[in-house]
Amino acid sequence: MSVNRRDFLKYAGLSTILGLGGVSVIDKLFRSEAEAAVFNPIPEALSAERWAMVIDMSKFKTADDYNRVINACHSIHNVPELENEKHEIKWIWTEKYENTFPHQSDEYINESIKHQPFMVFCNHCANPPCVRVCPTKATFKRKDGIVMMDYHRCIGCRFCMAACPFGARSFNWEDPRPFIKNKNLDFPTRTKGVVEKCNFCAERLAKGLKPACVEASGGALVFGDLQNPDSEVRRILSSRYAIRRKPELGTGPSLYYIIGGNEHA
Amino acid sequence: MLEKALAGRGSYRGWILFLLAVIGVGFIFYLRQFSEGLGITGMSRDVSWGLYISQFTFLVGVAASAVMLVIPYYLHDYKKFGKIVILGEFLAVASVAMCVLFIFVDLGQPKRIFNVILHPTPSSILFWDMIVLNGYLFLNIVIGWTTLGADRKGVPPPAWVKPLIYLSIPWAISIHTVTAFLYAGLPGRHFWLTAIMAARFLASAFAAGPALLILLCLIVRKYTKFDPGKEAIQAVGKIVTYAMIANVFFLGLELFTAFYSQIPGHMLSFEYLYVGLDGLGKLVPLMWTSAILAVVALIILINPKMRKKEGTLVLACLAVFISLWIDKGFGLVIGGFVPNPFDRITEYFPTLPEVLISLGIWAVGFLILTILYKVAVAVKEETSSWPELH
Repeated sequence: MSVNRRDFLKYAGLSTILGLGGVSVIDKLFRSEAEAAVFNPIPEALSAERWAMVIDMSKFKTADDYNRVINACHSIHNVPELENEKHEIKWIWTEKYENTFPHQSDEYINESIKHQPFMVFCNHCANPPCVRVCPTKATFKRKDGIVMMDYHRCIGCRFCMAACPFGARSFNWEDPRPFIKNKNLDFPTRTKGVVEKCNFCAERLAKGLKPACVEASGGALVFGDLQNPDSEVRRILSSRYAIRRKPELGTGPSLYYIIGGNEHA
Repeated sequence: MLEKALAGRGSYRGWILFLLAVIGVGFIFYLRQFSEGLGITGMSRDVSWGLYISQFTFLVGVAASAVMLVIPYYLHDYKKFGKIVILGEFLAVASVAMCVLFIFVDLGQPKRIFNVILHPTPSSILFWDMIVLNGYLFLNIVIGWTTLGADRKGVPPPAWVKPLIYLSIPWAISIHTVTAFLYAGLPGRHFWLTAIMAARFLASAFAAGPALLILLCLIVRKYTKFDPGKEAIQAVGKIVTYAMIANVFFLGLELFTAFYSQIPGHMLSFEYLYVGLDGLGKLVPLMWTSAILAVVALIILINPKMRKKEGTLVLACLAVFISLWIDKGFGLVIGGFVPNPFDRITEYFPTLPEVLISLGIWAVGFLILTILYKVAVAVKEETSSWPELH
């Protein structure tokens, strides 16, 4: 029995799918963590096994302490200032104590803490539900623990916003570009219809710089490697009592809050 | 067979034109949404899913409910459903088509929709939902069209379609289970984080879908020569009754767990929906309408005398459908977002463009349904004049 042209093409097509296509499909399907854009990092680049942040709330004293930190982030990341509160985009902002730690806050805590604004932003969870639910891997976790967004892959389904227990994510309900005061041309602006959030300044780490908020905080925000016992974050966490938001959900948030007291710890 | 959809009386053509007009209006508003963004809807940073996703959720249920006719007819050989099982399958086709459209209009970047296939992600429930929904659409089109075609020729359906029919049974359960998993697996959304979610989804689906089917059967009987059969309609009525009882029971279980445990996270969404929180309660009147309609429906359905009278059965079916449309097609999704992760209340209500786009999609669904039913009924009218084949 000879193989006619039609059958030959059929077999050729099939074996291509199984041979070449099949491997890449299977590879794609079962690789759970997306590889970040790994290029050769420059020697000064900061790296860690798992980036984390300690937020010492006792060091936030004046309104300026907060604004400096927020502006440092929002200005370099082209975060728009929208008038409509429902469409708000925010990467780092403040919430009251009782809203930062709902169902976990202490009614009789001292008045100054009770009324103090708390800095909140993405927790860069060790086990991030937003990454798990994303249908396109547009949000992914890097090897150093940073939870990132690919603004060009995001389809805008907002599953990640439903999944995030920390309200860290914003969606571009409208075109953000007209609302960016001074565009930073070194960082992308976003289009309407995609989700965005804090990226732990991955673009600065690659250049050997600490996150902008950390730099602007005057020591109130401490950034470091949670897996390194000699890092500053570990040193603080071993000497001061810190709490995290909603740790019971098992997402493993990487932001640690030090509340109140003790200047000389 | 499709040519049968082309010929029709003036009222048929008028109905089609009406649907096309509603679709046109919805489409124009969708173009506006496409250019301006989802900001023209009532959704917000805090309530990031609204009418679109809740309609999708509700319609998955309507689609799945075809199985309530398929099981008795194909597994238990309940002959009375022979005439209407096709109506259930075609209702499923129209519903899944609406589901896909509701997901589509909800996307912020619809042009990138194929990223879901380009970058398949099995850890995402949305990925599985895409697979089960498209599979179910395919199954019902193939099964419905093939069995109807065989019916037209007066021959039994081909043997290869039987395995597909059997497959469609667990598949129907899967579409609604997977849809429930979209919600039930999210940490920090207490209202949705409940193991009974999928069961509750199925119960409400098996009440709302068949209730709609009864109404459709009666419409078909009124306007055509095709009679789905009194007994068949009554049997579907019993299915609606049991499913509605199960649904209300499951809701009761949720309320017990929330309010006996007194855990705030579990109670707050219910409080927001039924009494309002911090003086905010836009959904309260709707939720009570749903609750009252559920009670009215159960009174009629549980009482055999009232259920057997078609006039009151219609009332019950309307009550079931509207009650569940509010409960699942609105409250369930919105309630999950209130309060937000900071324990704050942001309210949601759909805007006019959002409602018109949604109506446009419903009109697409009804257009598909009308065309498919027209074909089915034309075939049934032809064959019912033939002597019964044995």
